[in-house]
Amino acid sequence: MVKFSINNLDIWFGSIQALKNVSIQISANEILSVIGPANSGKTTFLRMLNRLNELQPNFRMQGGIYLSGKDIMKIEAESLRRNVGTVFALPLPLPLSVFDNITYGVRIHGVRNRVELAEIVERSLKQAYLWEEVKDRLNTSAFKLSGGQQQRLCIARTLALSPEVILFDEPCSGLDPISTTRIEEAMLKLKEKYTIILVTNNVKQAARVGDKTAFFLSGELIEMDRTEKIFTTPSDKRTDGYIQGKFG
Amino acid sequence: MRNSARSQKIAFALLFLATLLIIIPVGLIVVIIVIKGLPAINWQFLSDIPRQGMRAGGIFPAIIGTLYLVIGAIVFALPIGLLAAIYLSEYSKENFLSRMIKLAIVNLAGVPSVVYGLFGLALFVVFFKFGASILSGSLTLGIMILPIIITTSREALESVPHSFREVSLSLGASKWQTIRHIVLPNAIPGILTGTILGLGRAAGETAPILFTVAAFYLPRLPKSIFDQAMALPYHLYVISTQVPNVDEKIRYGTALVLLILVLFMNLVAIIIRYKFRKKKKW
Repeated sequence: MVKFSINNLDIWFGSIQALKNVSIQISANEILSVIGPANSGKTTFLRMLNRLNELQPNFRMQGGIYLSGKDIMKIEAESLRRNVGTVFALPLPLPLSVFDNITYGVRIHGVRNRVELAEIVERSLKQAYLWEEVKDRLNTSAFKLSGGQQQRLCIARTLALSPEVILFDEPCSGLDPISTTRIEEAMLKLKEKYTIILVTNNVKQAARVGDKTAFFLSGELIEMDRTEKIFTTPSDKRTDGYIQGKFG
Repeated sequence: MRNSARSQKIAFALLFLATLLIIIPVGLIVVIIVIKGLPAINWQFLSDIPRQGMRAGGIFPAIIGTLYLVIGAIVFALPIGLLAAIYLSEYSKENFLSRMIKLAIVNLAGVPSVVYGLFGLALFVVFFKFGASILSGSLTLGIMILPIIITTSREALESVPHSFREVSLSLGASKWQTIRHIVLPNAIPGILTGTILGLGRAAGETAPILFTVAAFYLPRLPKSIFDQAMALPYHLYVISTQVPNVDEKIRYGTALVLLILVLFMNLVAIIIRYKFRKKKKW
């Protein structure tokens, strides 16, 4: 089943074109890894899927993005972002307690019942493999957690909204190998329920968790295929060059 | 090596001297006012009306008048200033017009207070026909402290990290929800700092109330906001220059009461700010 369908997408910031004629289909319940060197447009691509780009000044786009067949520009941004969650590159807890961080989103969307909120907190923290570590200090500041815990908290915060799609923007770039493994485990488990798009600078990570892999270069989608194929017999030699570490 | 050590010593001495030069006058002012004013302070001085042509009795009506004026100014200026600051920092687009508005607000803070007094006289006393009243005086003081409140509130709002806003929006919050739940709570200490500065200025200024509210001698309490009132800074001016043979300790006593009043109001705001800072988690 196709979750996201992107047709001939062009994006500009002022006079700089960040994405050039990108067309891509993203299947449900899969992990799509997006790789490419710096300035290849991969983060712009990701931030387009829940319309975070439009917060930037001088943003302009052309082309269509469809979530389950619906044009995302015609969906209210607030409800789109509820359905398409983001985990950012750096752990960015809100200046609130662990509990309030996780319930922030659902409270905004009208859930008030304490029992229901507590259930959501427990469920999301378990899904993010964080429950055991923080269950006794839900009311402490989120900033007291370690970096890896904070990032899993951010994942739990996104999961609390029960989105359909989760966007990961280099979620392990600031983390140690053990935290990275835990987050990768969480992602592999999460794809049973969610569609995941993972932007990463770590080619090995893309190979480890991605069902499919897309390679971006200078704002263009060079190719997208099953991860095994991209990493063994890519159709474009630039893809091969990047994976081999010849540039980028 | 020796040379750099010596110039470091000289620099240190100069910096220390400059700091000392600031502290000495402030300390002297406080010490002189306390020493000369303290003998005047007693219950009658604080609770009685002025008597014998302000040469005896107390200054109660002036204390109350100043309190009313300061509270009125804050009630008027804080909401408007805060809303304007939110608009300027969160909603207005960065263009020529918004830059001009920001520049104008900053410059307004430097306008001499007597100009505000004249403006208040023309607008509130004469045009709106509020007469010389607490209302006119509060509004004039309020307008005078608006630029301070707007500028400091704007800085406080803008210092809340951009990433918090993005996270909040990415969780499906609207812009207004983000401002209300994330930006504003984290900006409150800074906003209170602006309010403290505004409070102090509103309490101490003489010129803006000169034409708009202050009564030369009014030995009773104001009955409504349309009433004239005495105020401490103006009363101090009157008994220091307009009335002959006022005992020195009454003048310094009045100054001391004004000083303590401002300090007390600052203290309240500082305590509130401290409570919020403790909650701040980043």
